[in-house]
Amino acid sequence: MDISYHDVLLVGGGGAGLRAAIAVAEVNPKLSVAVVSKVYPMRSHTVSAEGGAAGVVKPNDTLDEHAYDTISGGDWLCDQDAVEIFVREAPQELLRLEHWGCPWSREADGHIAVRAFGGMRKMRTWFAADKTGFHMLHTLFQTTLKYTAIARYDEWFVTKLLVDDGRVQGVVAIELMTGKVQAITANAVILCTGGCGRVFPFTTNAAIKTGDGMALAYRAGAPLKDMEFIQYHPTGLPFTGILITEAARSEGGYLLNKDGYRYLQDYNLGKPEPKPKLRSMELGPRDRLSQAFVKEQEKGRTIEGPYGPIVHLDLRHLGEKLINTRLPFVRELCLKYENIDPVTEMIPVRPVAHYMMGGVHTDQDGATPLAGLYAAGEVACVSINGANRLGSNSLPELLVFGARAGRAAAEVASGRRPPNGKVLAQAQDEERRLKEMLLGSSGGTERIATLREEMQETMESSAGIYRQGTALKQAAERIGELKQRCDRLALDDRSQTFNTELTTALELSFLLDVAEAMVHCAAQRKESRGAHQRTDFPERDDRNYLAHSLVHRNPSGAPRVEYVPVRITRWPPGERTYG
Amino acid sequence: MAEAIELQVARYRPEQESQPAWETFPVPLRKEWTVLDGLNYIKDRLDGSLSFRWSCRMGICGSCGMMVNGEPKLTCATFLSNYAPGPVRVEPLRYFPVVRDLVIALDDFMAKLQSVKPWIVRQEEKPLADGEYLQTPQQLDAYQQFSMCINCMICYAACPVYGLDPLFAGPAAIALAQRYNLDSRDQGAGERLSILSQQDGIWGCTFVGECTKVCPKNVDPAGAIQQYKLAAAKEWFRSLVAPWGTK
Repeated sequence: MDISYHDVLLVGGGGAGLRAAIAVAEVNPKLSVAVVSKVYPMRSHTVSAEGGAAGVVKPNDTLDEHAYDTISGGDWLCDQDAVEIFVREAPQELLRLEHWGCPWSREADGHIAVRAFGGMRKMRTWFAADKTGFHMLHTLFQTTLKYTAIARYDEWFVTKLLVDDGRVQGVVAIELMTGKVQAITANAVILCTGGCGRVFPFTTNAAIKTGDGMALAYRAGAPLKDMEFIQYHPTGLPFTGILITEAARSEGGYLLNKDGYRYLQDYNLGKPEPKPKLRSMELGPRDRLSQAFVKEQEKGRTIEGPYGPIVHLDLRHLGEKLINTRLPFVRELCLKYENIDPVTEMIPVRPVAHYMMGGVHTDQDGATPLAGLYAAGEVACVSINGANRLGSNSLPELLVFGARAGRAAAEVASGRRPPNGKVLAQAQDEERRLKEMLLGSSGGTERIATLREEMQETMESSAGIYRQGTALKQAAERIGELKQRCDRLALDDRSQTFNTELTTALELSFLLDVAEAMVHCAAQRKESRGAHQRTDFPERDDRNYLAHSLVHRNPSGAPRVEYVPVRITRWPPGERTYG
Repeated sequence: MAEAIELQVARYRPEQESQPAWETFPVPLRKEWTVLDGLNYIKDRLDGSLSFRWSCRMGICGSCGMMVNGEPKLTCATFLSNYAPGPVRVEPLRYFPVVRDLVIALDDFMAKLQSVKPWIVRQEEKPLADGEYLQTPQQLDAYQQFSMCINCMICYAACPVYGLDPLFAGPAAIALAQRYNLDSRDQGAGERLSILSQQDGIWGCTFVGECTKVCPKNVDPAGAIQQYKLAAAKEWFRSLVAPWGTK
C-alpha cells in the first residue's frame, strides 16, 4: 500500500480549504501542505454562493452592530466570543481577497461597494455582482497556484480518518482515476468538506454536498454540534432547487402570495414599503421567512405549481438595467432553468434546504476535541451561526476560520513523523473494506438510489421547517433501518477506473450518519429556536436549552446527545425583533 | 413511461473495452429534464456503472461539459426536449483523452492554467493596512468578462487549433491570462506575454472564433487571443527594429 506524508492535510478544496492551505504556506513555507479533494478545487460548492460576504467596512457601521445582528439572527445560540472574533477579522479577510484579485463590485470612486442583506441593520455585504462565491473560489484557487508548497490530490475521495493514540494521523483515500487506495498521513488534518444538504430531497446544495467531513469526524469519535439546525432558504426555484439569491430581495424584490399581497407583513416582520428597509419584511432573517411560507400555505394563500406550492418573487419594478448589473446570474438562471424572464415575469419560489448551521464541534481555532483534527467552513460549528445563519455570513466565515485553522494546524504540525504500524494496519483494513464493497462480496441487493430517496423523504417529512416529537422518533428508527440496509448495497460497477458508483455508495453512508445525528438532536431539543421549530414545543426555552447539543456516535446503538452552555459575553438573550 | 427519448451514450471502460462503444438507454422525456437528468436517471435506475462528472446543476461549477449531438454543451443546461424525438448522442468532450465513459482527463489544462500565472503579480505588495486597491467600475469592466470563465473545457472541445496542436495553451487559459493582464491591480502582463508568445499555437489560431461562440458564460477567448497576438507582434517588431535598443 502506498503511503504519503505531509505536515498539514486539507480535506476539501473549497473556500475554507484553500484559505487554510494558503495560511499554512504563509505561516511556514517549509511545511508540506496538501489539499485532497473529491473534485477539482474550482468545482467546489463555494462556487454556487451568490449574494455576498459581510464585513464591516463603511464609516457608518460598527463591529458591535454586525455582532448583534449575527447573534439576534442566530436566536442567541451563537457563542458570542467567537462572533466577536468573526466580525473583527471578516473585513481583513475580505480585503486580503481584494488584494489577491477578487473582482468585487465597486462604487463609482473605486472603493468597495456594499449591499443590504437579510437580518443586517446596515449595508455591509461585499459582493461580486451575484456570483460572489464563484469569484471568491476562483480567486483563491488561482492564488494557491503560485504557492509551490501546496500539493494537491485532485479527485481523491477520503474514506476514513486514521486515528491512533488519541490523535488523528492522516486519512485513507481513493484516487478516482486509478482506483488506488492510499494512506495519506499528516500531523494535522483540517476538514473543509462543506455541508450536507443532500440529506434532503429538495436542496440548493450541489451533488457533492454529502456531509463527508461530518461523518468522517463523527466516526472517528469527534462530536458534532447543533445538528438539528438546518436552514431553509426562502427562495429556491421549484423542481431544481436552484438558489435565487437573497440579493434579489436586498435590491428591492417583493415576496407575493396568490393574491399579489406582500404577506410577510402578517408575520411580525414590519410594514411593506416600496423601497427595501433593513431588517424588515423581505430583508428579515431566513428562518422567519421560510416559516411564514408554511403558514401562508396552511391558509391556502400559496399558488399550486406542478412541483408543489409556491409564492412569487417579483423583481419587475427593479427594471432591466439594475437586474443586468446587480443580478445578472438571477436572470440567467431564470431564463435557462425556468424559462421565464424576471424583467417581465414573476419568479416562482419556495423554501429549500440550504445550509447546515451545525457541524463538527470546534473551538475558535478550528480545533476539535480530537487531537490533530481541525475543521472550518460549513462542515464545522464554531459556533457563530447559532440557530439561524444570516445571509452573507458564511463566505467570510470560511475565510476567517479557514485562516485560523490553517495557522493553528501549522503551529502544531512542524516536523514530520512517519506513521506507526498500527496506523498502517488500520489503513490496510480500510483498503480491504473498500475492495469488498467493490467486488460485491457481501452479496447485497439494495440499490443506492432507493435508499437515498427513502432517506430524503424521511428527512423532509420529519426534520423540515416544522418538526414534531413522534415523527422525529419514527424518523430515527427509519434512519437506523436504512443504515443497516446500506451495508447490503449491490453495485453494478466493478471497475477501478473512475468508479463513481463506489463513491456514491460511500457518500450515501456518510449522509445516513449525518441524518442520524440530525434527527436525534432534533428529537431531544424540546423547544423552538431559530431554524428548529417544534410544533409540540413552540416556545424558546432559555432555561433548559440555551445550550449547544453535542452528539457522539455510538457504534452499538442510538447516539448520545449532551449539552454545553452557550457562551454569552455582552448580549444577554432577548427577543428577536424585525420590522 | 409516458414519453421517452433515447440517449445514445458513449461507453468506455478501459478494463473491458479497447475502444469506445455506443450504448442506448430509453429515458423519460419531461419538459424540465436536462441531458444531465437523463444521465442521472440511467445511473440511478438502469445502469449504476455509467460514469460522468456533475455537481452544481446550475451552470457554475463547470463539471458537466460533454458533446451532445456533436456539440460541446453543459449538460445541466441542455434540455432533452430540444432534441425530441431523439435520439440524443452523448459523448465525452472532444480533443481530450477519455478516462472512462464520459469522463475526460483534465491535467493538461490544469498545467496550462498554472503556466500562465493566473494570479495578481506585483512588484510591491500593498500592506493590508493601506486598504483596498481602488478600481473604478470602468476598470472592472475592462477585465470582468474574462473573469467569468468556469473552466468547463467547452471552448477546448470547439477549438480546431487545440485539436491539432495539444501544446497550444488554448482559449480558456489565454482568456484567464488576459483577465489578469487587464486588471488594474496587476503588473504581470510582461511575464505572461513572454510565456505565451513562445507558443506556436497562438499563431495557428485563425480567429475562427468557435471558442467564443460556444462559451456558456459569454466569455470572449477569441478576443483575448487576438489581443495577445497583437501585443506579441508589437513586441517582436520592437525587438526587430531596435535589437540593441531598450533592454
